[in-house]
Amino acid sequence: MARIPDDLFYTEEHEYLKATDEEGVYQVGVTDYAQGELGDIVFLELPAAGDSFSHMETFGTIEAVKAVSDLYAPVSGEVVAVNDALEDDPSLVNSDPYGAGWMVRMRVSDPSELDALMSPDAYRELVGED
Amino acid sequence: MTDHNALATGSTADDAPELLTTPLDAEHRALGGKMVPFAGWSMPVQYPSGIQAEHRAVREAAGLFDVSHMGEFHVEGPEALALVLKVAVNDASQLDVGQAQYSALCTPSGTLIDDLLVYRTAPDAFLLVVNASNRETDWAWISKHAEGMDLDLSDRSEDTALLALQGPKAEAILAPLLEPDVDRAAPGGATPVPTPDLSELGYYRFTHARVAGVPALVARTGYTGEDGFELYLPWSGGVAVWRAILEAGEPHGILPAGLGARDSLRLEVGYPLYGNDLDREHTALESGLGWIVKLGREGDFVGREALALQKASGVERRLVGLRLEGRGFPRPGYPVVTMADEDGAEGGEGGEGGEEVGEEVGVVTSGTVSPSLGEGIALAWLPTELAAPGTRVAIRVRDRDLPATVQRPPFYTGGSIRR
Repeated sequence: MARIPDDLFYTEEHEYLKATDEEGVYQVGVTDYAQGELGDIVFLELPAAGDSFSHMETFGTIEAVKAVSDLYAPVSGEVVAVNDALEDDPSLVNSDPYGAGWMVRMRVSDPSELDALMSPDAYRELVGED
Repeated sequence: MTDHNALATGSTADDAPELLTTPLDAEHRALGGKMVPFAGWSMPVQYPSGIQAEHRAVREAAGLFDVSHMGEFHVEGPEALALVLKVAVNDASQLDVGQAQYSALCTPSGTLIDDLLVYRTAPDAFLLVVNASNRETDWAWISKHAEGMDLDLSDRSEDTALLALQGPKAEAILAPLLEPDVDRAAPGGATPVPTPDLSELGYYRFTHARVAGVPALVARTGYTGEDGFELYLPWSGGVAVWRAILEAGEPHGILPAGLGARDSLRLEVGYPLYGNDLDREHTALESGLGWIVKLGREGDFVGREALALQKASGVERRLVGLRLEGRGFPRPGYPVVTMADEDGAEGGEGGEGGEEVGEEVGVVTSGTVSPSLGEGIALAWLPTELAAPGTRVAIRVRDRDLPATVQRPPFYTGGSIRR
């Protein structure tokens, strides 16, 4: 069963947001369910720190053995950090999607967009693990 | 995250309950296999260890594949050889009993109906192993050509389990499981019946033995570029042999392996896959299968005249290998485009075709990032003037043109395969 932690926000595109120590900055990655469905991830294309994206804009891609997937900005904002460790070891997304496999940290420009994200229970329902 | 490929999410074998299942279905599920629909069958695409780990296991130790979805036709009788010679382009008359060959079924225009393996099981008996996706088409085609001939043709696909044990440790794993198949002892032959010696079994040769007590046709064949065996078994014996091989292979590092690893393994050594790289739109010669088309042999065959004409006039397009020069993941359907060479001229190799830079000239039919090489590799259709090894083109990976070089497969040459 895929892990769906209770302290995260989720999207229908199988991404998550996790609050960081810094007010208004969120860690973004893909869910455990998503990495399991994608299988082995071969490499990622991620933005650079300082890039800004609006809600649902493509901010990167995941190349897995079976398929390529776009990453969509779950909220509008600026990328303040990118996980460079994924350049050398993209399998961190498979092994630890909510930890070492994080992708970017974003400063949210419109906090009201957080209200539109999915709760853990809603996400469990989406992936059929309620 | 949104997928561009239905394989990744949503599409599982459980959504399509009408699928056929192999005798190993419960084994796959117990091992955590991810079941997907493939050619009308529910098949494991991978197990929890993942495609790359399964791939490495086959290259370094061993992997066990269930390929029971493949079709098995038996042709027996006085005109069995005549039928095989009529429908399959290779020269089956050259086969010894106990020997197999790669061959193909062609249309009268020389395009490919299927590729297959032909095993000579007796002077007047052949086993034809065809792709699951083409089984019904092949059966109809072969049956039509068998009309009026003195032979028996039977489709035993759903009575035959097929396991592929592949990897450098395959012989060490399999040999201790073998016992003589006393039911197949030759009259007046050695007593007691000897156990087949796998170290004496050559590439594309086969023998009969009991494996874990189950009567099996044991062939030194495969689709991975590694040494290994394919075991043809009665349907009911599949589970016992599957379990025995996994148990015996455990100390050697064996993993059960799915269709995902099978695909990357075969692509690393440049073996084409019908439905991806081979199809009814392209001839055997265009598809790089000229080496099995025996135009000069005894006995006419379907497609011979067209293929002889094409051989004389030359092909206009070829299935070629491509290797990406930088990072990227080529996938089926991506366009191949011309690119500027170092002199700024167009089209590579002098640009004889006169193509514009960035013009679509071909298409990727199979592609992956090679787990063994860490580079993007692909098979693709290209016009003949761009098909020479060393020619530079580009693969259009969504919005970017990534430079690639034509290379004659195999891409991976370190395999343990015996020649």
